[in-house]
Amino acid sequence: MSNEIPLLEIRGVKKDFFGNRVLNDINFTLKKGGILGLVGENGAGKSTLMKILFGMNVIRETGGYEGDILINGEEVNFLTPFDALEAGIGMVHQEFSLIPGFTATENILLNREPLKKNVLSEIFGDRLDKLDTSEMNRQSERAIGKMSVHIDAKMVISSMPVGHKQFTEIARELSKEQLKLLILDEPTAVLTEKEAAALLDSIRSMAAQGIAVIFITHRLHEILGVCDRVVVMRDGAVVRDALAKDADVQKITRWMVGRSVQSSREDVKIGPNKKTIMSIRKLWVDMPGEAVRNVDIDVVEGEILGIGGLAGQGKLGIPNGVMGLYHAGGTVEFDRQPIPLDSPRKCLDCSLAFVSEDRRGVGLLLDETLEWNIAFPAMQIQNKFLKKYFGGLISWRDEKAIREITKRYINELQIKCTSTKQKAKELSGGNQQKVCLAKAFALQPKFLFVSEPTRGIDVGAKSLVLSALRKFNRENGVTIMMISSELEELRMICDRIAIVSGGKIAGILPATESSESFGLLMVSQVI
Amino acid sequence: MKSKKNPFLELIQNNSVPIMFIIICAVCIPISGFSPGYLLNEIITRMGRNTFLILSLLIPIMAGMGLNFGMTLGAMAGQIALILVADWQIWGIPGIILAMIISIPISLLLGLFCGKMLNMAKGREMITSYIISYFINGLYQLVVLYMMGPIIPIIHTSIKLPRGYGIRNTVSLLNMRQHLDNLLAIRIGGAKIPVLTFLVIAMLCLFIILFRKTKLGQDMRAVGQDMDVARNAGIKVERTRIVSIIMSTVFAGLGMIIYLQNMGNIATYSSHSQIGMFCIAALLVGGASVERASIGNVFLGVTLFHLMFIVAPSTGAKITGDSMIGEYFRVFVSYGIITVALVMYEAKKRMAKSKAGKMLEDAQGKGEGN
Amino acid sequence: MDKTGNEATIGINTKFLEFIRGFGLPRFIIAGFLLILFIMAPFVGADFATQITNTINRFSWNAVMVLAMVPMVHSGCGLNFGLPLGIISGLLGATLSIEFGFTGATSFVMAAAIATPFALLLGGGYGWLLNKIKGGEMMIATYVGFSSVSLMCMMWLLLPYRSPTMVWGMAGKGLRTTISLEGFYDKVLANFLRINIGNLSIPVGSLLFFATLAFLMWSFLHTKTGTAMTAVGSNPVFARASGINVDKMRALSVLMSTWLSAIGILVYEQGFGFIQLYMGPFFMALPAVSAILIGGASVNKASIANVVIGTFLFQGLVTMTPTVMNSMIHMDMSEVIRVVVSNGMILYALTRKTEAKT
Repeated sequence: MSNEIPLLEIRGVKKDFFGNRVLNDINFTLKKGGILGLVGENGAGKSTLMKILFGMNVIRETGGYEGDILINGEEVNFLTPFDALEAGIGMVHQEFSLIPGFTATENILLNREPLKKNVLSEIFGDRLDKLDTSEMNRQSERAIGKMSVHIDAKMVISSMPVGHKQFTEIARELSKEQLKLLILDEPTAVLTEKEAAALLDSIRSMAAQGIAVIFITHRLHEILGVCDRVVVMRDGAVVRDALAKDADVQKITRWMVGRSVQSSREDVKIGPNKKTIMSIRKLWVDMPGEAVRNVDIDVVEGEILGIGGLAGQGKLGIPNGVMGLYHAGGTVEFDRQPIPLDSPRKCLDCSLAFVSEDRRGVGLLLDETLEWNIAFPAMQIQNKFLKKYFGGLISWRDEKAIREITKRYINELQIKCTSTKQKAKELSGGNQQKVCLAKAFALQPKFLFVSEPTRGIDVGAKSLVLSALRKFNRENGVTIMMISSELEELRMICDRIAIVSGGKIAGILPATESSESFGLLMVSQVI
Repeated sequence: MKSKKNPFLELIQNNSVPIMFIIICAVCIPISGFSPGYLLNEIITRMGRNTFLILSLLIPIMAGMGLNFGMTLGAMAGQIALILVADWQIWGIPGIILAMIISIPISLLLGLFCGKMLNMAKGREMITSYIISYFINGLYQLVVLYMMGPIIPIIHTSIKLPRGYGIRNTVSLLNMRQHLDNLLAIRIGGAKIPVLTFLVIAMLCLFIILFRKTKLGQDMRAVGQDMDVARNAGIKVERTRIVSIIMSTVFAGLGMIIYLQNMGNIATYSSHSQIGMFCIAALLVGGASVERASIGNVFLGVTLFHLMFIVAPSTGAKITGDSMIGEYFRVFVSYGIITVALVMYEAKKRMAKSKAGKMLEDAQGKGEGN
Repeated sequence: MDKTGNEATIGINTKFLEFIRGFGLPRFIIAGFLLILFIMAPFVGADFATQITNTINRFSWNAVMVLAMVPMVHSGCGLNFGLPLGIISGLLGATLSIEFGFTGATSFVMAAAIATPFALLLGGGYGWLLNKIKGGEMMIATYVGFSSVSLMCMMWLLLPYRSPTMVWGMAGKGLRTTISLEGFYDKVLANFLRINIGNLSIPVGSLLFFATLAFLMWSFLHTKTGTAMTAVGSNPVFARASGINVDKMRALSVLMSTWLSAIGILVYEQGFGFIQLYMGPFFMALPAVSAILIGGASVNKASIANVVIGTFLFQGLVTMTPTVMNSMIHMDMSEVIRVVVSNGMILYALTRKTEAKT
């Protein structure tokens, strides 16, 4: 057994993005027909590893990777996903990649349709070959047959339930004769319980047919139920490679979040007598991919409340819903005043401010100057930086005041730029984030939502952003709700941390609690 | 619960444009005072004349590139070919066939240019193809008005402008007028049926039907619905889009030759300019939309639109005493119908988005209740 | 030490290249072409002063209509291919003013006054429509323009105009295709403070009128509302997150654009001396659109300088090519050149990759 050549061997794989090491010496193997569960927090490096394995362009564009990937003992280096497909690797992504108006069969065999010669193709070339419909039906039926669920091969994708779309994707991979290794990236996230169980059955039957499966999910009990091995990743490294029968949910969680030490921070303040400044009741938010369901939470005046949780569980939906950027319902009270939802203006008028996680899409006017970016909301909402003429009839932009406030924040937050008139799109990610903060600070809010403030920025900018937030909170007494995928970051700066799982608040704990207890909350209600 | 909708009502809703036109025609025909025989004859003539051109619009719609306002490019290619053939004095069926052969490389080139441009302007193909038609029209004038004579040899003075270069405003095609239509034509009652022309049209229809089931046709449908998914599956998206525009341009060129042999003369500087608009309007009248069009839409559209076209001027004259009213009315209807189709297309795109949101909301609302 | 010298020259070189890139190759060619025309003009016997006069004259006719492009570009509605809608309001104002018997300068003021409510009404509806179909503005704008022009073709025939200067002599009803403005507001602006030096004649009044409107537009863009409008065009999601009512801003920009094009056609008519009805407004949008693009605007950025430079270049091209080309090669290719240049410019703007958000 042990001297059998493994189907897949990953040997010393390393990868950095712009000097940021995201994968560090990854090693593991997978034998034919084996099922490997891959778990880890967001940002642990799972998806980067899969991108390398699948030959995604982004890897090559950012300088390739180090180490070797061996398939059946031979080293491979995929330049495109098509090379990977050729070598027998199939992947089902989190987002559907299906043509909505095509039937399941047409999608399963997309661009791999069996063809027949005809008169036209004799004259005009192969692309006018006729589709061999009967052969198509046969092949798709066979692929569907490999799973233990039945989907209607003739049904158009757009009228299918979500689960069936997922199965169509899997059937597409199964229809490839050369398939040896199937990667499933959170396939059960969109499935009902029954469908998820059917999928697990399908995985078992695939493995029995000799196909190896890498199964990525946050639902740990599914891993335990179907996999023979669990590989746990944390901070770009494999921290544990164990047999599934030796693991349980508690253990995996502990491996995932690592350090179970108590935080020794002393500056955490959770005043029992402080008043509640914001109370959110029965909040639901329709944010695609980050839906929120029935959230109740109270925010204490002057605290930094962290919101953590795995990606897609709804933590981003909370600030976006309250601030009116996505359709939402429920009640939100701020300072005993009800805040109307679906109206960004009303929220801003009540001295709330929001630093969005989508810097480039929502946070910035990329084509405008730093001056405009920083001063704009304060100008529009609070009539700052304006000169009034004709008894207030005309409010003229006060360029001087705008420049001054911009200069102030450039100094305060150490924004690296050539001048206050530089375009926002020309700055680096970290400096753009600082501009977003400056924009919110210029509003002098009483309450600040900060969403993923350190996502995709370098270490130096990260600590600067965090200390700026902390200073803003401690010195100006501004209450902050900070949403972040990085638990350690939340534990460093927040007073209390709420964990969102399955669109609901799974629990609120003081920041000094152990990582493990947060980790257990994270996976508690995962959907 | 909404599925209990009246099917009859739904039928009306889905076909509101053709139904509106049937009503317009039903009102106008008695007022105009034309005899049914005359109308039938006219419709058959116009169907032979225009159908091929309109069919050329179907392929880009399949590839998700919307209404191909750049079909004018093909029309120009057809006209250049016909001018050359007329100058060489090759008449009759051979002349028509030769013109078709000459038009193809010109159409290919123009279609390639148009396709490349449209790939650079994804998401606003229609306005771009519309501007391309104007831009190429400028180049067309350059060729026909200045280069024909000094650079491209033109011999016959009946075609050339008196100043020695450039082409006259009208080029007579008297010697090939309706030759295609008359060959094999049969007469039933008062109406002449141009059997050969209809056969050519039938062949194109057959080709389009077959084409949908070919690999290329499948690729086009895939590209038309989701470019990213198609690209991930390994389909050459850009190339497929260019091919669809080239095919449309070539067919439009052939269609223009059929159109002009029926008319019997070329209005050198204006024949092509309106043709795109009228073809698109006719297709839309037949119940097509920006993203879906069938051969049935083409035939229904050509009938209804041209019926309106024939009866509107005289109806307008009978009602208001001014024949111009009817002329303006049909121009207004052509533009109006395109406007309405475009608005409906864009509004539907937005509605589809908000509907998706609403469904989620409902589901959550229920979830909240539990 | 010489290393820094090298760096400096490289810096200058790249700066020059960047300037060209920022300026855009087509714009560079057009400006160069016009410059050559101006240099050639005296050699082919064209009077320089007359050429300048012609160019300035045509500039003064068209500039306001080009200015009408600015607000909609700023609010992200794209190029206003629906300009004919505003022109129709202007034409209604013009014809009604004459119908009501106003003459001379008063007829111009009244035409503008009457045109305003029409522009607001049509512009309001147009703005509402464009808010319903975000993303497809330009194509729909084109066809809204076309349909409204063809609808008005019927209206010009049917509306009960009676003024003998305007209706067909024979029938006694239905407006003529071209109406002379003599005795009404023919050149009222142009002749105000006109400067004549030899062959050079400058319509100061028209230029001042344009300058006033341009200044008002410039000022508007510096106010709080103007700033908000620009932000809406730059990033509508940012604007919404900053509490701006995006639809309201867009509607306002459409309203402004429509009103300006109504006034623009009146200015054009006073310079030209005639009102052109029926299919006249049909192709008015394309020259205005390409002028502002030649001036350096893109589909979502435009300034007053773009308007001035663009109108000057475009009108210079239109007036200079016939004379110069005609006397040089005895071929009047100006029409063809105009068509190719103006549409080529629009095509260039549409196919640039910078702004492809859908």
